[in-house]
Amino acid sequence: MFYNALLAQYRHMIAELTKRCPSKFSRAHRVLGHVTVILLLTCVPWQAEGQWLQDDRAQLPLGQSEKNWTPLDMDGVHDPAGPAIRQLQEPGKGLSELPAHESGNRVLWAKALDRGAINPRRAIKPSEAKVQVLDLDILMNLRGGMPIVRFPHRIHTQWLACDNCHEQLFKSQIGANKLSMYMMLQGEQCGLCHGSVAFPLTQCSFCHSVSRKPEGSDAPTNQEPNKGATMTAGEKD
Amino acid sequence: MKVLAKQWLTMLAVGFALAAPSAQGEYGDVVLNKQAEKAGMRPVVFPHWFHRLRFTCNVCHNEKGFKMRAGSNDVTMADIIDGKFCGMCHNNEIAWSAEFCNRCHSGLPGLEGGFYGTQETAGPGGVGDVKKRRH
Repeated sequence: MFYNALLAQYRHMIAELTKRCPSKFSRAHRVLGHVTVILLLTCVPWQAEGQWLQDDRAQLPLGQSEKNWTPLDMDGVHDPAGPAIRQLQEPGKGLSELPAHESGNRVLWAKALDRGAINPRRAIKPSEAKVQVLDLDILMNLRGGMPIVRFPHRIHTQWLACDNCHEQLFKSQIGANKLSMYMMLQGEQCGLCHGSVAFPLTQCSFCHSVSRKPEGSDAPTNQEPNKGATMTAGEKD
Repeated sequence: MKVLAKQWLTMLAVGFALAAPSAQGEYGDVVLNKQAEKAGMRPVVFPHWFHRLRFTCNVCHNEKGFKMRAGSNDVTMADIIDGKFCGMCHNNEIAWSAEFCNRCHSGLPGLEGGFYGTQETAGPGGVGDVKKRRH
């Protein structure tokens, strides 16, 4: 849809350009117009959004050029004259093989973990790791204007322990937490991680991922957050 | 004609200046500089991406007791050498030990503490916010 509209606009623009220009320039202008539009199109981040977490079959590009990351000695944070700068791992070396994305670290960390592309330690001593993965989705923002928020406990508990969020940051009771995007953008609530370490808040559809059904139909509610969800607690590693 | 060319060049220069990247760092990079430069060392750059490849969040933000708020952790070298905070891993067993000063103290002198490379959002202490949160 969007692509067709853009194409129509593009044709119109070219037609206008060639009409107004003297004939000897029209060809050059047309070529220039084509080149400009192609250049602009390459800047548009074409990506499948929304179902990125649920749909495991989604064709996510694996691997990208190491040049997509700024080398440490040019990133404006590291001192290029530092004696150990060449001993540190370059972001491009560490991240280029993971599932690619255009935001944050340019990788999808949750996908990388799910696919086994990385295997981070869950405790300092692996033998002491007791990881409780909770597979429970919570739907939020049921009456708002944006698509409904689906909060997946599973992904969060793969990285974090329960008490990183509960009970100080969020109460574990549906409806007990007053969430606001304003607070998140200030680095509170979800924004404590999202926006600085976990994927940035500009990725709206990562959280606002469940489309709202028209009124009257059986809209999803939190009485049954997720029919397939079960609480699973087990040891891993 | 000359005036036009001059104007055009000025606009071009302004455009390039605006487009040039400033101090960015990789997404999630934290600069720690409460004590480093006072003690004559370069500021510390902590790369979240590097540690995420190897550890889950709860290892540091639970086991090691790092609070998830920029500026709220007072990490001293004495603590690290005692095996607290970074020293729980940086002890020559799990990761390099504290004697490799320059690997961590690798930041540009004069950098303010806080998050860098946080893109469009103001995360916990998105650089400008850090002062407010320092106690």
